[in-house]
Amino acid sequence: MIARLKGFARFWFDFFVGDDRTVAVGVVVALAATYGLSHAGVPAWWMTPATVLILLTQSVRWKARSGK
Amino acid sequence: MTYGVGLKGRRHVNSAALFLTVFLACAVEAVEATTVVLAVGTAREWRSALIGVATGLLLLAVLVAVLGPAVSAVPLNGLRLLVGGVLLIFGLQWLRKAVLRASGHKALHDEDAVFREQLAAAQSASAGRYGPVRDWYGFTVVFKSVVLEGLEVVFIVVTFGANAHDVPGAAVAAVIAILVVTGVGVAIRAPLSRVPENTMKFVVGVMLCAFGTFWGAEGAGASWPGSDLAILALVMLYGGVALLLAGALRDRSKASS
Repeated sequence: MIARLKGFARFWFDFFVGDDRTVAVGVVVALAATYGLSHAGVPAWWMTPATVLILLTQSVRWKARSGK
Repeated sequence: MTYGVGLKGRRHVNSAALFLTVFLACAVEAVEATTVVLAVGTAREWRSALIGVATGLLLLAVLVAVLGPAVSAVPLNGLRLLVGGVLLIFGLQWLRKAVLRASGHKALHDEDAVFREQLAAAQSASAGRYGPVRDWYGFTVVFKSVVLEGLEVVFIVVTFGANAHDVPGAAVAAVIAILVVTGVGVAIRAPLSRVPENTMKFVVGVMLCAFGTFWGAEGAGASWPGSDLAILALVMLYGGVALLLAGALRDRSKASS
């Protein structure tokens, strides 16, 4: 039963997060920073796109290098 | 700071992009599921394969019917922050794989090869009856394929639909894609290997990232220059960078070989 629950949780984790956890962490940090800056009155629309470009580049380079 | 753009224009951008993204994502997944259905139906028995398709589609429809209203009930800013973030993480996976495929670092999805593999597996598996299903193997393989391919579509339909206040519109785009793909699959009785599947995955990855960025940042309190038109700018930015990345990786591979 426990193994099945773990398998179920693992499926959904892989479904949403995939094999590169840094992407998930980066997105959460970017949105948190956007929230903080916006609520401090600083324009922050650029924060998420800039982070996405960095995350995409890093993730692609890592995967290409590791050959996965 | 707010940036004004006509409400009508915003709706056109949202509706067209919503339809295109859901249609393409659903068509790609439907092509993959159709290949498995054709292989199992050809090698074993059509009745059990079609029962598997119907059962899988029914489960997915129930998921949309339950999750659509539930997600739509979440307050808009919280919904956009949560859904935008998840969509962005999800979209970055699609886009990364698409860039790696376009640059030759990951094998292109080949429906002919998948069809041959599925056909060989289906021909060698033993038969077994379970209740009204005459071929349990064929049923379970098709059911799993439809549900697993369809889950991504359900996620996209529910998140896009809820954010754009148009779950029925997103569901219609998905149904049209399924009907078109299965119609062609049934007509030619062969894997849909000529569908530009890898290009479509690239486009969907870009769209998911653009919408995820837009909704996530908006939900976090940011105001976009140009309002909804910023989505188009994000699509062009991400699409351009992804193409550049694919080109750079391809050049590097050639130089090192």
